[in-house]
Amino acid sequence: MMPELGKYAGAVLASYGVGLGLVVALVGASLWRGAKVRRLLREVEYRQGRTNG
Amino acid sequence: MSIWEYANPKKFMQTSGWLLPWVSALAAVCLMVGLGWGFFLTPDDYRQGSTVKIIYLHVPAAMMAINAWVMMLVASLIWLVRRHHVSALAAKAAAPIGLTMTLIALVTGALWGQPMWGTWWVWDPRLTSFLILGLFYLGYIALWGAVEDPDTAADLTGVLCIVGSVFAVLSRYAVNFWSQGLHQGASLSLDKEENVADVFYLPLLICIAGFVLLFVALVLLRTRTEIRARRVQALLARERMA
Repeated sequence: MMPELGKYAGAVLASYGVGLGLVVALVGASLWRGAKVRRLLREVEYRQGRTNG
Repeated sequence: MSIWEYANPKKFMQTSGWLLPWVSALAAVCLMVGLGWGFFLTPDDYRQGSTVKIIYLHVPAAMMAINAWVMMLVASLIWLVRRHHVSALAAKAAAPIGLTMTLIALVTGALWGQPMWGTWWVWDPRLTSFLILGLFYLGYIALWGAVEDPDTAADLTGVLCIVGSVFAVLSRYAVNFWSQGLHQGASLSLDKEENVADVFYLPLLICIAGFVLLFVALVLLRTRTEIRARRVQALLARERMA
């Protein structure tokens, strides 16, 4: 299944490794921060809702 | 119905919440099909060998690095003229995506350049303007982090975005402005002689569509996060005042 990349295999595989790695890291970081802020907002809204009665 | 309705954070959250799963799924499908097709099913180029497969990452990432800055410019202008907070937050949300795209374009370009040009880097007009664009992204992100008042930060970064647009334009058209340097012209062209070979064309188009959709999905996701973060700040400020 793996294509024959010949003498340029290192360059091609490194490109895909770095490129996809950076995309995955960006998506992961965006999801992680999104979840963190959503949780924080829920906590603050809950706390203020309780305080306000 | 007007586009300015989406300047209302509540309306933006409603619409983006509905849109986000669809755009994300479509981006994932396009990227898997385009990159899978390009990597596994296209032949080697008669001159570049297997390094031609790098085009499926390099070209879409480079396009999005420039287009992300253009989107930030439009959003910043809307903020500066009409003072819509969602547009300022969308520009802020897009910057790390643009920086990542710039990094991918620079790294994959260097990895392609070493075997093809015999060098990782050369101070070619397009490469140099792209590097400066990357530095502008870093400066833009740092400026948002350095200024405490969000409206002032949006004003200052908006101005920086306008200045940096020069390099976004140069990154795209440097090859045409100065007929020198190693970097070749556009890979996609209406001129059949200049366009990439047919066998590489369709998977490349699908990869570009995938990167555009990925960008849209991430901007929506990150803007939603910025709106929530702004609300947290407002609620905590109210708590401190009470």
